[in-house]
Amino acid sequence: MTAALVVGLLVASGVFLLLRRGLLRVVLGFVLLGHAVNVLLVSAGGMQRRGVPLLGEAEADVAADPLPQAFVLTAVVITFGITVYMLALARAGDPGATTGEPAPGEDADRGGEAADLDQRTEGGPS
Amino acid sequence: MTGVLAPLPVLLPLLGAAAALLVGRHSRLQRAVSILVLSAVVAVSVALLFIADANGAAAVAVGDWPVPVAIVLVVDRLSALMLVVASTVGLGVLVFAVGQGTADGDEDTPLSIFHPTYLVLIGGVSYAFLAGDLFNLYVGFEVLLTSSYVLLTMGGSAPRIRAGITYVVVSLLSSLLFLASIALIYAATGTVNLAQLSLRIAELPDGTQLLLHGLLLIAFGIKAAVFPLSAWLPDSYPTAPAPVTAVFAGLLTKVGVYAIIRTQTLLFPDGALDDVLMWAALATMLIGILGAVAQSDIRRILSFTLVSHIGYMVFGIALASTAGLAGAIFYVVHHIAIQTTLFLVAGLVERRGGTMATGRLGGLATASPLLAVLFFVPAMNLAGIPPFSGFIGKVGLLGAGIADGGWAAYVLVGGAVVTSLLTLVAMSRVWTRAFWRPPAQAASADTAAAAARDAGPDDGPEDDPTGADGTDDDGLDLGPAGGATSTTEARQSGRRGGWARHVAVATAAPEGGEGRPSGGDDDRDPSLEPLPAVMTAATGVMVALTVGLTLIAGPLYGLTARAADDLRDRLPYIEAVYGEQVPR
Repeated sequence: MTAALVVGLLVASGVFLLLRRGLLRVVLGFVLLGHAVNVLLVSAGGMQRRGVPLLGEAEADVAADPLPQAFVLTAVVITFGITVYMLALARAGDPGATTGEPAPGEDADRGGEAADLDQRTEGGPS
Repeated sequence: MTGVLAPLPVLLPLLGAAAALLVGRHSRLQRAVSILVLSAVVAVSVALLFIADANGAAAVAVGDWPVPVAIVLVVDRLSALMLVVASTVGLGVLVFAVGQGTADGDEDTPLSIFHPTYLVLIGGVSYAFLAGDLFNLYVGFEVLLTSSYVLLTMGGSAPRIRAGITYVVVSLLSSLLFLASIALIYAATGTVNLAQLSLRIAELPDGTQLLLHGLLLIAFGIKAAVFPLSAWLPDSYPTAPAPVTAVFAGLLTKVGVYAIIRTQTLLFPDGALDDVLMWAALATMLIGILGAVAQSDIRRILSFTLVSHIGYMVFGIALASTAGLAGAIFYVVHHIAIQTTLFLVAGLVERRGGTMATGRLGGLATASPLLAVLFFVPAMNLAGIPPFSGFIGKVGLLGAGIADGGWAAYVLVGGAVVTSLLTLVAMSRVWTRAFWRPPAQAASADTAAAAARDAGPDDGPEDDPTGADGTDDDGLDLGPAGGATSTTEARQSGRRGGWARHVAVATAAPEGGEGRPSGGDDDRDPSLEPLPAVMTAATGVMVALTVGLTLIAGPLYGLTARAADDLRDRLPYIEAVYGEQVPR
């Protein structure tokens, strides 16, 4: 139950952030969504069994399932790498980066991107 | 034998990538390494295909762990065929990219990151084809996606980053959906091994099956660009350098199609969502091709035809008959080759004509008959003119649709024919404008009206794959109705500068573009730049291969029919993984 609530909360906040304008918020949204999926993966292995998953250390019916933990480990590494990459993109796509002005994905920057988006919707495929 | 060969299509590119990184300072050596590695992968894949076709499917348990626990690599007819096509196309594009680098006089300052990333991409594609369980399929996807992020945003110009962000966000979302469905599948069945899943999923309640099925289809549908989930593709692909776009167009969406084929046949053979897939296929075909007809930039046209023709494959899958699947697999093979080739030709056209906008190209057929032939043959092939392989694939799919007999199948057959015709329209528009009409006409048509059209909705600045940052700002002021000649010329020169930069970034080469006169009419003369030999040769070989598909169409169609039989039967795959003792 707790796991379900945590996943729900993380997904809700993640999706909310994802739908915001700033790329930084989108990245944070992805971090949250990634956590949500990781919790989902762990809970897929069963939350009650928490014994050490080693032969001779715990009985099979109380030992934790190591497979989802291995999945999560892989997924965490992948998500981390891509988060870093997206932050780099946010920095590189930021006009301030070339002129030396610090404007890390905040509202001033968003103005430009929003204008672009508007332009795109106005001049969409005809 | 398979046990030794099966891991090689993944291992070789990854080791090759490491080697290519190590020798990054010696561009000649680096190129030799990557071409050698990919040639080896092609050889191994061909061997695997012959073995798989002769002996049936085979599986390798990595590390020799007992089967349901081990990570399995499965080589059946479908995956071996995909490996052969993917590695061959990958090699062709690599030679093209090397030619592009050489042509731009790039000996001392290579963008040393291209070759390693490209090899990792091929390794990821191979891994996705070979993976015998869902989680390793996910890892394969991530490997190829991560390298595709790097390739797409290479050079880091503003339009590329903007396109890259769209692409990364969409891909990441689909990956998270895929991962979530893996979690749910594991929770429901306790395994991610595809062979074991194929036995266990059938025991789940219908509702659970439907949920898992739908989740997987949405995740793969985004990757394969099936209609309601395809909007990201035409915005992100065209900005990349020509070889990168070509390999993306050829391979990445097809990996999604491959995953859909696997889930549909192995995991969910009941076909609960076949009807949904049917309508998605119809919408993909029609809406994609209408988009292509509305475009005026060659690369955007090609991106839309790419989306549209994914619909054919989904159609074949949705029919869920052996004939439909055989047609779909044949179409995948045909389309990987043809779409890659067309994007390579588009790269040559851009080099020769200096632009991608059909409104400003002209006279290429007289200026460069070779280029005209290189474009004409695959374009007609894509439209499905006999005797090319596109025709054979479409006839196979239409036949399968008619054999199905349902009214939905007939509607789709009609939609497929209309799509084919509209593809012909889109391709012949490119042909008549860029190749057939005299250059003078292109120059005179390049008035305010033409500029307005080109700067208009279809080809707006932010969609302009070649625009540099400065161009964008100019373009925003220049509304569709604007178009004083001076503005137009300024814009053109900006674009040309953008293009030169684009090419330079693409291959890390100081292209002569900046030094050339810009804005004048004389530099539009396409005969100024000869076609670079290696690029043309690579494209020529690819065109020859697509024509060669016609020559081997009989045996190839036989092979895809056998592959489809295996898929529908399911037992060959399961037995390959489990050996003789299939549980239950």
